[in-house]
Amino acid sequence: MSEQILMKGNEAVAEAAIAAGCRYFFGYPITPQSEILEQLARRLPEVGGAYVQAESEVSAINMVFGAAAAGARVMTASSSPGISLMQEGISYIASAELPAVIVNIMRGAPGLGGIHPSQADYFQSVKGGGHGDYKLIVLAPSSVQELIDHTILAFEMAEAYRTPVVIFGDAMMGQMMEPVVIPDIEPLPPNRPWATTGMEGRGPNIVHTLYLPADKLENHCNRLFAKYSEIEHNEKRSVGYLTEDAEILVVAYGIMSRVARAAVEMARDDGIKVGMFRPVTLWPFPDNALQAAARNARVVIAAEISMGQMIEDVRLALGNRVPVVLFNRIGLVPNPDEIYAAIKSKAREVNANG
Amino acid sequence: MAKKGYMRPPTLLQKPWHFCPGCNHGIAHRLVAEVIDEMGLQNQTVGVGSVGCGVFSYEYFNFDGIGPSHGRSPAVATGVKRVLPDRLVFTYQGDGDLAAIGTTEMVHCAVRGENITIIFINNTLYGMTGGQMAPTTLMGQVTTTSPRGRGREQGLPFRVCEMLATAEGAAYVARVALFNPAQVNRAKKAIRRAFETQMAGLGFSMVEMLSACPTNWGLSPLEALKYVEEKMVPTYPLGEFKVPEGVK
Amino acid sequence: MFQVNFLEQYCKGCGLCVHFCPKNIIVLAQYTNDQGYNPATINDMTKCTGCALCARMCPHVVIEIVEGGAA
Ligand SMILES: Cc1ncc(C[n+]2csc(CCOP(=O)(O)OP(=O)(O)O)c2C)c(N)n1
Ligand code: SF4
Ligand code: SF4
Ligand code: SF4
Ligand SMILES: [Mg+2]
Repeated sequence: MSEQILMKGNEAVAEAAIAAGCRYFFGYPITPQSEILEQLARRLPEVGGAYVQAESEVSAINMVFGAAAAGARVMTASSSPGISLMQEGISYIASAELPAVIVNIMRGAPGLGGIHPSQADYFQSVKGGGHGDYKLIVLAPSSVQELIDHTILAFEMAEAYRTPVVIFGDAMMGQMMEPVVIPDIEPLPPNRPWATTGMEGRGPNIVHTLYLPADKLENHCNRLFAKYSEIEHNEKRSVGYLTEDAEILVVAYGIMSRVARAAVEMARDDGIKVGMFRPVTLWPFPDNALQAAARNARVVIAAEISMGQMIEDVRLALGNRVPVVLFNRIGLVPNPDEIYAAIKSKAREVNANG
Repeated sequence: MAKKGYMRPPTLLQKPWHFCPGCNHGIAHRLVAEVIDEMGLQNQTVGVGSVGCGVFSYEYFNFDGIGPSHGRSPAVATGVKRVLPDRLVFTYQGDGDLAAIGTTEMVHCAVRGENITIIFINNTLYGMTGGQMAPTTLMGQVTTTSPRGRGREQGLPFRVCEMLATAEGAAYVARVALFNPAQVNRAKKAIRRAFETQMAGLGFSMVEMLSACPTNWGLSPLEALKYVEEKMVPTYPLGEFKVPEGVK
Repeated sequence: MFQVNFLEQYCKGCGLCVHFCPKNIIVLAQYTNDQGYNPATINDMTKCTGCALCARMCPHVVIEIVEGGAA
């Protein structure tokens, strides 16, 4: 089915999961991601899989734990409050080194917040969220096609590194329709000699996260972090746009990067030397590429639909070399005009300072 | 009881256990292993442990095992079973794990009629963390967090079997005890029936075992068995609450 | 004739086998094992009927009972 079709973001995630060989989904309804559930409830039985509606996100993520331990390619999806409930389970999945894909179609918060587009769960997934020393691969697609491509990529990464992978969408990306192609791939069935499937023909396989002796716990954490170093080495992804001569650099991910790009184009028409840098992986954060993109920058604008979360990683990457300021809106995806205005005002300051 | 002699079930690894002297967790482990061996299911079993004094079950059983987080074992077992519907999948949970933090997961596993078995070790308190009060603590029972004895303001004992028996998805529900050899034999029969229920695809099954924790009860192993018989059984009556057609 | 074998190093001296043996032939030894417990033992094996009540109640899977005389 490699022809172009028009698809909603949430449905696209569901179809991409099936294309990637995912056959098990465990979830709980929450706006604005419920179409992922609904689509998979319809589709998974058709392809020999199972959809189980859990009684909560706490249960859903633990069903994911069990299915992954039993050797299956498995996914769950939710939105911010539901992802909060999953944090304990995610810590266990990371520690047990189970492959799993977790989609967060973010909505405004804290608390019940609203159902508007949001990027306010950056800290939760990129910096931790659950207890203990672990990392999650976090992918930030910016179009419906990328939701598809990143869903497939997420399954590959989860499998390759035996680690949970989070995909960030938001209320707008989940709902918007765009023309897409679902690639016709034939993923191999999962190859997991360590899975707990019944020990026919081998000794017992154990999936657990308990390391009572201090030295065993230290070894376990060191081993996990050796893996995370490898991921940092291999998987940092980003896209730059007109960064070579950029004196102003806008850094934005996901839906915000599309708005930022449009704003950059408007400002370029005015002759402003502005570019855009878009992290595609939020962890591992593409710090080297950002440093390169910002080499001529005199000011960096971190544009986010949050009170400023990614901005901390931008500052970590760039140090004191260049001022980093926040452009943000809450509860909506801003118009390009608004970022354009922010770029214009920074351009005036940069020129005034010579 | 005509059979004479006794051999360790091969499905129990021979290694020292961390259980306190006289702890009934050991009897429960042994019975589960005996039934799995008698049914020839050692290679088809996935055991799902829990957090509590049974936390090392996967190290003691000689089959595939999973160690989940506190209380979530029925959800984890659901995930396993949906992927491997022909396997014997059971959880092994204490009363704190099952009847407090994991109540939701346990109830909905039964309500969905998930085709798994829960082995539920009720010793009236949180053994592993030092004997705090649980929802299953008896009225008047002294624990480290009910130092004056459990009073009305600390709630009333939680009868899980009686509640689960009302769930249509629950096929086999039984409460047994381990305080003498006859009870131990009955307990073993219940485990067998629960596993047979599952292997016949009849739905959710649970065996609750009234189990002695001599250490946190401050009793000798023998006194602790007497405590189960005299104090626990009146609050938690023994018996089969639900038996499916086809499992006699 | 039955032989009751105690995996002595695993015995925790809980005494349940002592209590439940209908022949009253099991005792806890005076000495301690590596774990520091007085392990269960039998002096007069000839009285054993092989009923296995001791093994049924042992929480630490210490006891195995085989038919046939002691070597
Ligand atoms: C989320 C969480 N909360 C608390 C604990 C601490 N904890 C470990 S075991 C346990 C209680 C176990 O009691 P129970 O399930 O009755 O098992 P028992 O030890 O009595 O056999 C608790 C509260 C934990 N591990 N995780
Ligand atoms: S504390 Fe109680 S339940 Fe835990 S091992 Fe000791 S006797 Fe058993
Ligand atoms: S088998 Fe029976 S008679 Fe023999 S020692 Fe054990 S309990 Fe006593
Ligand atoms: S019942 Fe088992 S552990 Fe207890 S004293 Fe007898 S042999 Fe030892
Ligand atoms: Mg308990």
